[in-house]
Amino acid sequence: MGDKVTFTVAFTIDGKDVQGEQGQTILQAAALSGIYIPHLCAMKGLTPWGSCRVCTVLVNGRPQAACTMPITDGMVVESETAELKDLRSSLVEMLFVEGNHYCMFCEKSGNCELQATAYRMGILSPRHHYMFPTRKVDASHPDVMLDFNRCILCARCIRASQEQDGKHVFQFIQRGAHKRIGVNAANGAGGTNLSVTDKAAESCPVGCIVKKRVGFAVPVGQRMYDQKPIGSEIESRKAVTR
Amino acid sequence: MADNSDVSRQICEKFGNDKGRLMDILLSVQAEAGCIASGALDDIAKSLSISRVEVESAATFYAFFSREPRGRFVIRLCNDIIDQIKGMDRIAAAFRAELGIDFGQTTADGLFTLEYTPCIGMCDQAPALLINHKVVTRVSTDMVHEIVQTLRATKNLEQLKLTLGDGNNGHPLVRSMVVNNLREPGAVVFAPATPGVALQRALSEQPVELIKIVKASRLRGRGGAGFPTGMKWEFTRGAAGERKFVVCNADEGEPGTFKDRVILTEAAGLMFEGMTIAGYAIGASEGIVYLRGEYAYLLQFLEEILAKRRAAGLLGRDILGKSGFKFDIRIQLGAGAYVCGEETALLSSCEGKAGDPKTRPPFPAQKGYLGMPTVINNVETYCAVARIIENGPGWFTSMGTPGSAGTKVFSVSGDCGSPGVYELPFGITVNDLLARVGATDAQAVQIGGASGRMIGPAEFGRKLCFDDLATGGSVMVFGAQRDVLAIANAFMEFFVEESCGYCTPCRVGTSLLRERLGRFLAGNADLADIDYLEKTGKSVKTASRCGLGQTAANPVLGTIQSFRKEYERRVKSNGSVFLSSFDPSKAVAVAAGMAGHGSQYFGTQKGGV
Repeated sequence: MGDKVTFTVAFTIDGKDVQGEQGQTILQAAALSGIYIPHLCAMKGLTPWGSCRVCTVLVNGRPQAACTMPITDGMVVESETAELKDLRSSLVEMLFVEGNHYCMFCEKSGNCELQATAYRMGILSPRHHYMFPTRKVDASHPDVMLDFNRCILCARCIRASQEQDGKHVFQFIQRGAHKRIGVNAANGAGGTNLSVTDKAAESCPVGCIVKKRVGFAVPVGQRMYDQKPIGSEIESRKAVTR
Repeated sequence: MADNSDVSRQICEKFGNDKGRLMDILLSVQAEAGCIASGALDDIAKSLSISRVEVESAATFYAFFSREPRGRFVIRLCNDIIDQIKGMDRIAAAFRAELGIDFGQTTADGLFTLEYTPCIGMCDQAPALLINHKVVTRVSTDMVHEIVQTLRATKNLEQLKLTLGDGNNGHPLVRSMVVNNLREPGAVVFAPATPGVALQRALSEQPVELIKIVKASRLRGRGGAGFPTGMKWEFTRGAAGERKFVVCNADEGEPGTFKDRVILTEAAGLMFEGMTIAGYAIGASEGIVYLRGEYAYLLQFLEEILAKRRAAGLLGRDILGKSGFKFDIRIQLGAGAYVCGEETALLSSCEGKAGDPKTRPPFPAQKGYLGMPTVINNVETYCAVARIIENGPGWFTSMGTPGSAGTKVFSVSGDCGSPGVYELPFGITVNDLLARVGATDAQAVQIGGASGRMIGPAEFGRKLCFDDLATGGSVMVFGAQRDVLAIANAFMEFFVEESCGYCTPCRVGTSLLRERLGRFLAGNADLADIDYLEKTGKSVKTASRCGLGQTAANPVLGTIQSFRKEYERRVKSNGSVFLSSFDPSKAVAVAAGMAGHGSQYFGTQKGGV
């Protein structure tokens, strides 16, 4: 990238002028300009995926995932409209009712992107009915535990393992409502070459992939989202770019 | 037995240990071993040098693959809404009684497995089923008895005494009881055509000129979305890529559509010709037909047509003497996944992966099969292309409406006198069509299948064309005796089963909509539940990643729009503020079981569940 000529692309998000470089997605360009668009499956350094749909915006009036949509000159993006905010809440609520998310005794509480996103959106209880699925816990790995009750199928672990660790520890298996994350062994994660130091082990936004023996190490009040809501780190960039 | 590593290894070798052919490999292993066992996943992964979980991903995505051993004869009873109203339950009961097993089970002797399957493209001859690849139509309870007896005694599918259908259904390589029910052949797809005539014309033009002709014909994609074909070809021609591909979507899985089946049976040559023309126009030398697994009974027949075309110089090198132009076609069989009708999911499947749609942009015209520029059109579209080249764009635009040139092939089923295939000019009204098919008391018509729209008599004056009621061709007629909410429910069940599960709104939203709709059918709904369905339906439509999800809420949204009274009439009347779908005794049953005693308030049994 470094020695290539980069073209500047100018567009607007909710009426604000935003500049980015050709090849960037809306989410990337927005983040660099200090504009937070809620998202869960997108993660810096990983191929854009577009599965959680929480970053849905309107591009020239049409719904698109901000994390996969490339920016183009003159594009008009709407993000913080009442309708889109409600749509995003509905999607986040879907992720809650689909799994079994008991924040009060989950070790990821306070560091969980799903929880933090819900707090930021002001979600008190989901509008959808709880599904209470029966899901598995895979404790077969010596250093990492997989609690699929909390999986939101964002596929960050799949991508991190392939793209950053050069492994193939995770992949989607099955389909539809039964879709879940499979591991590359017949007998659970313990049979794979997953290492606790892998990027994949760090990639989970929720409490599905957790490291053993380090839970609750950070006291309440000092966890990542105890002080400032999710997205603040992006919004604090505002001053830099203006 | 099943998980014999030699079997998997040999099959992989047969396909050149090419991971791109994983679909074919899995189909073969399933056929040979009756399942894709744990050991087979390891063996295939090893042979193809991919990870085991990649193999598992594809092996667990498609309905026709199983991890557990299935019976020698897998009976798949079609459970789409048309089969339901044509007596599916009676047939199901007969099978249960004959075999002593329920659906989802295999007989102890390992001979039979019973399953349900969504629309197999036989709605005009329902109830229908598949036994392995063999199609049985107009099934009666007597036939069920006969089938089970014969297969038990002979263990040979070919011993079944079934009638032979008309046309090429009776061809030695097909030998199927399926009938065409081709009620009205039209001027484009089902008009007589001589192989090679259109192609000869095409090769006398420059590729760029060909694209101009297709553009001038105003041909739009027949799959339902209606994208202008010429424009698609132009984009693909202009896109950079060392190889380019022509793909034909023969995965018609939309409930109620079967017209591609009849085209494949009677006009496959025309389709191959259209693909070859596309190859010449965009600069591709490779074509793929993605044939739905349900139509596997046509595979050998189609392969023979390809072989004949190769022998006649219509495929292969220097086609029709045009030096330097080479083009060939392979057929990729699917394995039971509606989502693979979505063009990018179809490409994933062709690449030997689970049928998850791809991220757009880039579009297939830029990065399609194997990341190369790819044209994907429907079976009917390729047929139309060949005829346009043969007869000129003016001939084509003289039929239909200004926005929708030419004819459309409709699949009509349900409560009507003459279900079957009708090729009619675009722009015909629903009323007109209903009169032709002998539908006298239609209460509702589902246009475009489960993903389409249900309309009531107030809208029967509307036109079938891209500017009014757009459709890929499925038309299901429902008489006065049918319950429109039960129909909507059947469609929601379908989407729950067929969602790929990649994106949140479709994976979760379809289940939520089905559950809430179920409250109306059970008499437990509140008036506010209509708002919930509308709002959540809209979220699924807006936020879903591909065409499947974007249309998956239509059964609910469309019926609320056209049949709101049916919802209002079923709202519970007692005004209770409690959620009556909530059953406290069921909710505490597990806990009661753990505690070892029942609840004195909710009447749970001692011992719980």
